[in-house]
Amino acid sequence: MLNVNNIEVVYNDVILVLKGLSLHVEEGQVVALLGSNGAGKSTTLKAVSGLLRPDDGEITDGDITFMGERIDRKDAADIVKSGIFQVMEGRRVFKDLTVEENLIAGAYTQKSSTIKTNIDRVYHYFPRLQERRNQVAGYMSGGEQQMLAIGRALMASPRMVLMDEPSLGLSPLLVKEIFSIIKMMNEEEKTTILLVEQNANMALSASHYGYIMENGRIVLDGPSSELKENDDVKEFYLGVTGQKSFREVKHYRRRKRWLS
Amino acid sequence: MELFFQLVITGIVIGSIYALLALGFTLIYKATDVVNFAQGELLLVGAYICLHTTVTYNVPFIAAFFLTLVFTFLMGFCIEKIFLRRMIGEPIISIIMLTIGLSSVLRAIVTIIWGTDTLTFPEVFSQAPIVVFGLSISQVYIYSIFAVAIFLGLFTIFFKKSKVGVAMRAVASDQQAALSMGIDVKRIFALSWAIAAVVSAVGGIFLANINGVNTSLSHFGLKVFPVVILGGLDSIIGAIVGGLIIGILENLAGGYIDPLIGGGAKELFPFVIMIVVLMIKPYGLFGTVEVEKV
Repeated sequence: MLNVNNIEVVYNDVILVLKGLSLHVEEGQVVALLGSNGAGKSTTLKAVSGLLRPDDGEITDGDITFMGERIDRKDAADIVKSGIFQVMEGRRVFKDLTVEENLIAGAYTQKSSTIKTNIDRVYHYFPRLQERRNQVAGYMSGGEQQMLAIGRALMASPRMVLMDEPSLGLSPLLVKEIFSIIKMMNEEEKTTILLVEQNANMALSASHYGYIMENGRIVLDGPSSELKENDDVKEFYLGVTGQKSFREVKHYRRRKRWLS
Repeated sequence: MELFFQLVITGIVIGSIYALLALGFTLIYKATDVVNFAQGELLLVGAYICLHTTVTYNVPFIAAFFLTLVFTFLMGFCIEKIFLRRMIGEPIISIIMLTIGLSSVLRAIVTIIWGTDTLTFPEVFSQAPIVVFGLSISQVYIYSIFAVAIFLGLFTIFFKKSKVGVAMRAVASDQQAALSMGIDVKRIFALSWAIAAVVSAVGGIFLANINGVNTSLSHFGLKVFPVVILGGLDSIIGAIVGGLIIGILENLAGGYIDPLIGGGAKELFPFVIMIVVLMIKPYGLFGTVEVEKV
């Protein structure tokens, strides 16, 4: 469905952030994109959704196709119309608009007649938003703002949602809730999801396929269930080291084998 | 006491026109972060266009009024597309200089076409005053208050209820997030200029009916600064309330202080208010200090 083919992204004409990154997302899947800080995960999502320009970034090489159509030269607005919607990092709700106005803004690309039914659909999934429909979004709790950000995505009836760290800054209970929402979106709304996460454990449990990024490249990929069993992933992303006796461990860290 | 009420009513009329101008100013500032020094010239152009269509082509006033709105809408749209689109991302001082330049150019064009003499509308509104509670009020005042109220009401509904209006506020709130939901930010920018030009033209047309038109009408553009500072730079309600307050206070100052000191207080007073507001309440009455989650 989505094909990112060997792209390079440069910020400010000099900083090369993505160095030939490729990935592929099948229709109907949840695909996780993992990696440490600064690996280029958010940049990858922005390259797909066309949001690099405000950050002074540019795709200098490679191409991105969505449903067989090239989108790497398109405007952000056209990309949303073609069915890709990004839920940005840090929620980014419109703070001085009410909940309902936020939802209406999310439906900008939709026909006016469908807005009402879409709002009802969002309220059906998130009853808490309905209770607060006239409240100013900036005063809501982090979890509610994340629900609003996801609800805003639902308003556009996208075929594919790009989620940038939906669990950022939320309590473990809320993280669980957000992931169950992601699952629900995938199963009930048939939305394909590309998920960027720091919380590798949750992301691998919720996804079908996973990519691991480092320094602007994909270094490892595979079905999420296999990645979860990979020793390197366990050590560096999941923090599971098994019953290791520290007395016997040598005083150097395990080497990442994919770097050789 | 009668003088007081007369002054207040004149103040409301002038103030409501300030409110319109300030609405345009706020709209541009909120959506595009541009401080527009050419607001008064947009008013000037609107007033002249309407006058020209009524006088030269004998178009009925109402038709000329709406033609002017269409014309100024397109003009605002083009100004943004031709001049300001290129300035996105440039330093704020360059953009301010551009709008100052724009104001001179627009005023010059108006002078070239229509000259500097004061022109007056043919009698559109009957001269016979209407007497309300013992106060005689000229009809044009009544009409302009109603027209301005209707326009402000329409825009309030537009910003609250319509998809495009909400999108405009979304752009003002967080541009990149707005972009991420497919809102065409460039079009919203152009639209803010278009609407700002339209509301200014409405103000200009009514001012022209009250006082006649000459290029000094553009000085109204400067009064927009005390208004928006008082109301809060980024608040639409603030623009309306600020406009009315400044209009009324200015006229009261003109009526009561001017005779004592021999004139000038009326022109000065709004700016005194502006300085005082800046010192004690820099965000104005309704300006957002920044919504912060606690």
